[in-house]
Amino acid sequence: MKTMKTPKAKRPRPTLVRFPSKFWELRLYVAGHTSRSLTAFANLTQICEDHLKGRYRIQVIDLVVKPQLSRGDQILALPTLVRRLPEPVRKIIGDLSDTERVLVGLDLRPPPPA
Amino acid sequence: MRSGTPKGRPAPRRRLPKCPTGIQGLDEVTGGGLPRGRPTLLCGAAGCGKTLLAAEFLVRGAVTFGEPGVLMCFEETGAELEANVASLGFDLPGLVRRKKIVVDHVRVERSEIQETGEYDLEGLFVRLNHSIDSIGAKRVVLDTIEGLFAALPNESILRAELRRLFRWLKDKGVTAIITAERGRGRQMTRKGLEEYVSDCVILLDHRVHERIATRHLRVVKYRGSLHGTNEYPFLIGEDGISVLPITSLALDHPASNGRISSGVTSLDAMLDGRGFYRGSSALLTGTAGTGKTSLAACFAQAAAGRGDRALFFTFEESPRQVLRNMRSIGMNLAPLVKRGALRFHAARPSLYGLEMHLATMFKEIAAFRPAVVVVDPINSLLAAGSDSETRAMVTRLIDSLKAQQITSLFTSLTHDSGPLQQSEIVISSLMDTWLLVRNIESDRERNRGLYVLKSRGMAHSHQVREFLISARGIDLVNAYAGPGGVLVGAARSAQTTRDKAAAMAGRQEARGTDGQAFTHTLERAIGASAHGNGRLRR
Repeated sequence: MKTMKTPKAKRPRPTLVRFPSKFWELRLYVAGHTSRSLTAFANLTQICEDHLKGRYRIQVIDLVVKPQLSRGDQILALPTLVRRLPEPVRKIIGDLSDTERVLVGLDLRPPPPA
Repeated sequence: MRSGTPKGRPAPRRRLPKCPTGIQGLDEVTGGGLPRGRPTLLCGAAGCGKTLLAAEFLVRGAVTFGEPGVLMCFEETGAELEANVASLGFDLPGLVRRKKIVVDHVRVERSEIQETGEYDLEGLFVRLNHSIDSIGAKRVVLDTIEGLFAALPNESILRAELRRLFRWLKDKGVTAIITAERGRGRQMTRKGLEEYVSDCVILLDHRVHERIATRHLRVVKYRGSLHGTNEYPFLIGEDGISVLPITSLALDHPASNGRISSGVTSLDAMLDGRGFYRGSSALLTGTAGTGKTSLAACFAQAAAGRGDRALFFTFEESPRQVLRNMRSIGMNLAPLVKRGALRFHAARPSLYGLEMHLATMFKEIAAFRPAVVVVDPINSLLAAGSDSETRAMVTRLIDSLKAQQITSLFTSLTHDSGPLQQSEIVISSLMDTWLLVRNIESDRERNRGLYVLKSRGMAHSHQVREFLISARGIDLVNAYAGPGGVLVGAARSAQTTRDKAAAMAGRQEARGTDGQAFTHTLERAIGASAHGNGRLRR
């Protein structure tokens, strides 16, 4: 994330995808079929369909079924969306209802000026 | 207090189930351990031993009590933690391998987290639950859960979730320790966790007083249980933590009728003919060079020679120096040391605070299980603390020794003239027997006189005996008490010889024997006697 803080990164950037060839590998961690899990999944597929059509893969991991998987990605909060690719790995927590922030987290938008 | 309504002790009382920590002294302070199946908050500033205490709780649980445990740490990695507790002699990796302990390092990076709407900490719950169930854990430690506050931006969610977590731990039935950083001012923890964990709160503290640092532990709160409310010093030693055990808050230690020799027959004679009471405490005070250490060594040697074990705390001389010096008066202690009947423990008084010395002494005593303990000298230790501390420390030490029926001898250096030191007054009242050695100067000669100032529960001698140290050891000689007064040293031996001669002369005269030798003796005796009388008349 350091690159974003350098002066170079402050130049105006295109609001859309910078590297169209990139592939988004995403993991959504949830715990059971709660309404929050379902909301998160629905929000995620919507955003991906809108912005990353054909260039993403979503893997849903239910920690109620596979609790041992919570360690690998250091999951605490649920739901958590882990962006495995493009690197670096980022974690987006919450039900993904804040689309703008999800886009920032997915590296599809520059972070809002502080 | 209203009369008729006696406070406390309602007839049937269900005791709160407790979970022994296995940490020396802590179980005494808490009356049996932490509240079983409930969370306990352990707070303190950085570097005061929170993690170690919590880790020891888990290790002791796994090793001693057959209760597996989960250690979830938010700050240190598993490897760091293993290295840290290895310094206390805990084999954490081994316990992990044998599925007695699970170490889970929770790493959270604020920088890689983006918050987008509603969430909860169910992931943490799932994770903890999985760890607990994987080994059937009964104990859980969450080491500095406040680390989460730095990682997760939404404090209100976090607080709600922590409240739920502690509730969940209770429902899960695990005994948990949650560590937290000490807050500023009156706040116990930086993030106010004490609001959530309300069953038991323990505060650790690390203070420097007169350049000597001591760690303290205090049970701030223990719902539904009696507990010691004082600040107790604790020590992080080579084999874990020991909180200074307050073994007897009450004066109820046993009183033995058994006797134990002081190691000097003639001193035993002064003490009712049989020496000290077993399990009593004796103080030996005296000015410099009066042979306190020698007498103390004699006491230890006698005990070790009888087949008991003797523990000798020396605070001014090194063990080798004591051994050498004692050899010069005919006491060979080296074989006893080699045989393990006598052990020396040497430490500089200024090495650490009074409490730390006490803790070390307790540990040594617990490890060696002696019948006899010598502290030589106690006053150099006392200089390290204030009067009230001194008294508390000596009281604790003596109480503990008495409870274990260990006979103790403390030496103390006094000044030749002038009033007694305050510390002496303070400790002397705790002692059962007080022996005093002093220099007696007469005829350009210095002699040592020993007397029993007090000895509770026995008809002790009130005489001043002459205290002799020679290459053959220690002996006490009756001072000459004749018509002319009390004589010691050369004057005493001259007078004794004269008396002997006179007596012999008298006997021989009565028998009517005559002869050259007799006449000679008689003349000498009369001469000497006349001289003696003349001297005495002056």
